[in-house]
Amino acid sequence: MRRNPLPLACFAAAAVMLGGCARHSGDTIRIGVIAELTGAIPAVGASCRNAAQLAAKEINDAGGIEIGGKKKMIELVIEDTAAKADQAAAAVQKVITRDEVAAIVGPNSSSNALPAAEIAEKGGVVMIAPWSTNPKTTLDAQTNLPKQFVFRACFTDMFQGHVLGKFASETLKAKKAAMLYDVASEVLKSQSELFKQSFEAGGGKVVAVETYTTGDKDFSAQLTKIKKAGPDIVFLPSYYTDVPLQVQQAHRLGLKVPFLGSDAWSTEELIKMCGKDCDGFYLSNHYSPQTTNPVTRRFIDSYQAAYHSVPDDVAALTYDSFGLLRQALVAAKTTDRRAIRDALSRTTDYQGVTGNMRFTAGSGDPVKGAVILQIKDDKFVWVTDVQP
Amino acid sequence: MTYFLQQSLNALQLGSVYALIALGYTMVYGVLTMINFAHGDFFMVGAFLCFISVARLHLPFVPTLLISMAGVALLAVGVEVAAYRPLRNAPRVSAIITALGVGIFLEHFTLALSPYPLHIPPAFANVTWSAGGLAVSSLQVVTVLLSVGLMAALQFVVARTPLGIAMRAVSWDRDTAALLGVPVDRVISATFAIGGALGGAAGMLYALSYPVIDPYMGVLVGWKAFISAVVGGIGDVRGAMLGGYILAAVEIAVAVALPSTYRDFVAFSLLIVLLIFRPYGILGRPRPQKL
Repeated sequence: MRRNPLPLACFAAAAVMLGGCARHSGDTIRIGVIAELTGAIPAVGASCRNAAQLAAKEINDAGGIEIGGKKKMIELVIEDTAAKADQAAAAVQKVITRDEVAAIVGPNSSSNALPAAEIAEKGGVVMIAPWSTNPKTTLDAQTNLPKQFVFRACFTDMFQGHVLGKFASETLKAKKAAMLYDVASEVLKSQSELFKQSFEAGGGKVVAVETYTTGDKDFSAQLTKIKKAGPDIVFLPSYYTDVPLQVQQAHRLGLKVPFLGSDAWSTEELIKMCGKDCDGFYLSNHYSPQTTNPVTRRFIDSYQAAYHSVPDDVAALTYDSFGLLRQALVAAKTTDRRAIRDALSRTTDYQGVTGNMRFTAGSGDPVKGAVILQIKDDKFVWVTDVQP
Repeated sequence: MTYFLQQSLNALQLGSVYALIALGYTMVYGVLTMINFAHGDFFMVGAFLCFISVARLHLPFVPTLLISMAGVALLAVGVEVAAYRPLRNAPRVSAIITALGVGIFLEHFTLALSPYPLHIPPAFANVTWSAGGLAVSSLQVVTVLLSVGLMAALQFVVARTPLGIAMRAVSWDRDTAALLGVPVDRVISATFAIGGALGGAAGMLYALSYPVIDPYMGVLVGWKAFISAVVGGIGDVRGAMLGGYILAAVEIAVAVALPSTYRDFVAFSLLIVLLIFRPYGILGRPRPQKL
């Protein structure tokens, strides 16, 4: 029985044609948006995407950006990482080589941002990670010197750990703290270590350190151990999908002390899922939705009008990433990747929705402040600002 | 002492869930000599049915339990008829690949319908009793009692009913059982239905205890339950129950004694060692190869 060669030939031809498809930027400025749209933290990805689309729309509505004498529009290339490190790296590779983007915004979570940053650095494309607070994102893995092309729009965990440690010992007056974190997540692990350093420098003592792995749902053994150690507070830098489980299990075991969170807590979804169990807890964050800053208020109003929800810090930081990028593109007047990078690193005073930012020479980390929020009556309520 | 009791309670609750899922694996292996790798995803579907029942239909505990169990039972029978029966006499590898494929299909189908992790509101008032430092929640009690009840019911079915006799006959020698008039296809479907129902019940109990569900939740739990079934002796119903509680006890014990980071590593290493010395599991027997 002879095999019919025709279907195979058609398939091969189609494959070759589709494979050869590389997109050429013509009249638009292509910006890659790498976000965690599915997977463990989809609310983060959704915020990022929404803010990116809002920012792009505003830039385009204002006429676009002048590049090489012509006004060009922003075109977004949105890719999903599914909150997985390998997919993040693949997505960045794709937008650099196939879509030939001028710059990249994202990914958000540091476990995705770290591998993505390596690829962006090698590819020589500017990457701004809106929400990644892990110090290693902008540092070269071997030499520990700052990377050239990787920037971030948020503060680093060094600053965040310091802020939280101080808050715990000075404002919450805690003497003993326990920690529970995801050992498989680089960023949450580093937040815990830096909190511990800061808390102990302030005179406190960390009495229990417990861990779990990404995807674990049962924390009863760890929480029972923490309860036995008798802490005043528990530092819980977990993502918003794990916090409700952890807090509810703690309450079921009779562990009633306050929990302290990091910016990993920051989305409204957390309050929806956790409900009364999380009432009264504090967390650090990048901005407060109740601010009176007019720049921020304008952003909050546009976001609310477009998406019917209060923007979280991921959205605010993504919007700021685009703002920084826009300022750099206007200054550079070209989509040459190196020029964009140089213009970005010269940003001395950017009034963002998350505060005033500037980059110091050679570093991709902006100098900016943090806020402490409290969960009260199903809302994030501003408590205090902390400047560097 | 209280601490030890508290951790034991934790282990009992976790073990009940693992045992219920492990039963599904072991029963299917018993009658078909095939590992249904999609079973962890049946468990996930049970959890999602529980979500629909509690969060969307606002039904109380018992109807939710029935919906989860019946829904997954139907799914299991459907999968058996559509995916496994055509491969009944194919090489074992084909059936395993199909099972993995069914699992991935279920995960992505659910992902397409619901990409965000979902939160299940409390289905019934959860009371926590405190006795001298020991915290017992009504949810834990319900989980353990319901699981034990279901397992007892299963044991009764397997040992005392004609269906149970037929299931055991098919697991010993399928062809001879067919020759002796046992309706093999129906018995296998019934086995899948029962295994699925137990998995669905486990999904519901798990979802109520850990109320954030996502399409991939069945993967890790499924593997752990599979290992429980193997450790207890695959093919043996009492082995699955025993294996579930042993795995949970080892996991909790390791988390207590060592930094919790080592939990999975040590737990699975101990199981590997156990299998080295008892390759067929604790209650398992080598299957004689008839020549």
